[in-house]
Amino acid sequence: MKRFIPVILLAMLAPGIAGGSEPDSARVGPPGMGVPPTGEEILERIDENLMVDRAVSTNTMIVHGRSGTRTITSRTWKKGTDRAFVEYLSPPRERGKKMLRLEDKLWTYTPEPNDRIIAISGHLLRQSVMGSDLSYEDLTENHNLVEKYDAEVAGGEEIDGRPCWRVDMTAKAEDVAYHARTVWVDAERWLPLREERKAKSGRLLKTTRITEVFETGGRWYPKRMVFKDMLARGEGTEYIIESIDFDAEIPEHMLTKAALRR
Amino acid sequence: MTKFLLKGLLRDRNRSLFPVLIVTVGVATSIVMYCFMHGFMDEAVRSNARLDTGHVKIVTRGYREIATQLPNDLALAGIDGMLPALERDYPGMEWTPRIKIAGLLDIPDESGETRAQGPTFGIAVDLLGAGSKEAERLQLGGALVRGRLPESPGEILVSEEFASNLGAGIGETATLISATSYGSMAVQNFTIAGTLRFGIGALDRNTVIADIADIQYALDMPDGAGEILGFFPNLVYDERAADRIADSFNRGVEQPLDDFSPVMVTLRDQNGLGEYLDLARFRISVILFIFFFVMSIVLWNAGLMSGIRRYGEIGVRLAIGESKGHVYRSLLWESFLIGILGSITGTAAGLAVSYYLQEVGLDISGMMKESTILIANIIRAKIDPLAYYIGFVPGLAGTFLGRAASGIGIFRRQTAQLFKELEA
Repeated sequence: MKRFIPVILLAMLAPGIAGGSEPDSARVGPPGMGVPPTGEEILERIDENLMVDRAVSTNTMIVHGRSGTRTITSRTWKKGTDRAFVEYLSPPRERGKKMLRLEDKLWTYTPEPNDRIIAISGHLLRQSVMGSDLSYEDLTENHNLVEKYDAEVAGGEEIDGRPCWRVDMTAKAEDVAYHARTVWVDAERWLPLREERKAKSGRLLKTTRITEVFETGGRWYPKRMVFKDMLARGEGTEYIIESIDFDAEIPEHMLTKAALRR
Repeated sequence: MTKFLLKGLLRDRNRSLFPVLIVTVGVATSIVMYCFMHGFMDEAVRSNARLDTGHVKIVTRGYREIATQLPNDLALAGIDGMLPALERDYPGMEWTPRIKIAGLLDIPDESGETRAQGPTFGIAVDLLGAGSKEAERLQLGGALVRGRLPESPGEILVSEEFASNLGAGIGETATLISATSYGSMAVQNFTIAGTLRFGIGALDRNTVIADIADIQYALDMPDGAGEILGFFPNLVYDERAADRIADSFNRGVEQPLDDFSPVMVTLRDQNGLGEYLDLARFRISVILFIFFFVMSIVLWNAGLMSGIRRYGEIGVRLAIGESKGHVYRSLLWESFLIGILGSITGTAAGLAVSYYLQEVGLDISGMMKESTILIANIIRAKIDPLAYYIGFVPGLAGTFLGRAASGIGIFRRQTAQLFKELEA
């Protein structure tokens, strides 16, 4: 019994138990990580990293479905946090299909002979994008995490050999796709290397992993990600940014509905 | 004695008309009840078979597990090779592929933007294949309200109610929005060739019927189908034969089994139809038993009343020296004749009413508006061989037993008491 007394005393001295505002686990990270920033600070750092003024990228999506693997390539023009235009380049069946996001609205375009622009809303938002583990809802989501979530640092862990802060996020309002998220954020590069997205019931809906990153213009950006829809039976979707240009000029007419038929 | 009794029955209406009428009405009601319930059950099986389950159905194991979600990513592949093999292995059966789809039907305006949109349930069937019986099997010709059946690729049929709600007319473009077998969004334009009214509430709300080749293309599943349905000749379900075929097919499936291994299920194995049929049969049996039992009691009582009413006559017959046994036997024989006569006329009347209900039916659409059960809005009776003689059970037995019970009193009569009754 005597050997437990120092442990209990130490615990009583810990600010979490002594009435400090931070949870106990948040005070001390893994060896060498020091005292963590607050949850809000971490989200701000992630937002700074991932939010771009403009970017033109070429992307590859490898969907590992139940009935095989499909590779889909696309080109994306993105301006700010809520305007984007995507054109699918391959495979032949998907070539020429386009997608436009303007704020919280989303349209898809299917080329001739169908030549249809369809507004994606309601339950269609939950449908998979090109059969991947990403939903349209994921695409329309506002990536400004600080605005949408309260965050609390739950401790530190090592993920893929990188020191990470584990952050529990809870939605501030109902208008988000995922009520709760747990992210493991690289403590030096401020990228969410792993993430679990959950429903209000606590059910795990989706996981994401950043498996490769690159540095450009003083910021770290994901190069290769893996998404897994936990309600689907597939093996997940790899999303690879083949190239990205943060300085490319994007004409305004590119981000209009008229551009879908061009 | 038969001739004598018959003459008595025909000449004395009090002795014959009332008992025969009661037996006739009782027997006729029993037969109508039997035929109608039989028709209801038969309609439930037939509607489900031709529209959804087939008599047997082949799907993948994965598809079967979550069939209600219409998982076309778990569809059967290589059906062009499977169909000839099935026809070879199970001669006499008719095999046809189908794909069920959930999605949206979108009606565009002149600029290609959405004018109207609604959730839809689609059935892709072999409409344009040479020698296909699907249009006949689904009774599309009879269900057609406007337009015509599809004659070329890219044409669809839409339920009349759904087309009206969307404000879509014949010849207009309708875009089906669904998911491909890989899960990506499928957008495919069709031309509305005609509108249908199935007379089945669950289908009349929002159904679309398309040719399977069009849907295979739209859903990116060439040579694939969600289901292959098997039908017995003349659409008559044979439960034992279905079990035998399913066992034989499932034994022959290559190992190891995975999500994409085919499995054959019978009509009973689908949509809880087995439990439904067992329960319905049990309930119908109970209802019919109670009804026949009550009818037997009524007819017994009629026989009893008839016997009691004739105590005076029996007294005279005993007084003039007729033996008690002879009187009793003649009453029984008379009741037998009444039972036979009433059962024949009752069966004839019951079969006539049942035939009318078989041909015209009873409209229950008011009760089925929100129903998801695949059953016709008009329920028809069904006359089967049993209907020709089932009415004789209450008609003959009830009358005979009633008269037998009432006639027992004959043996308790005392001659002295008889004379007192006659004087009164």
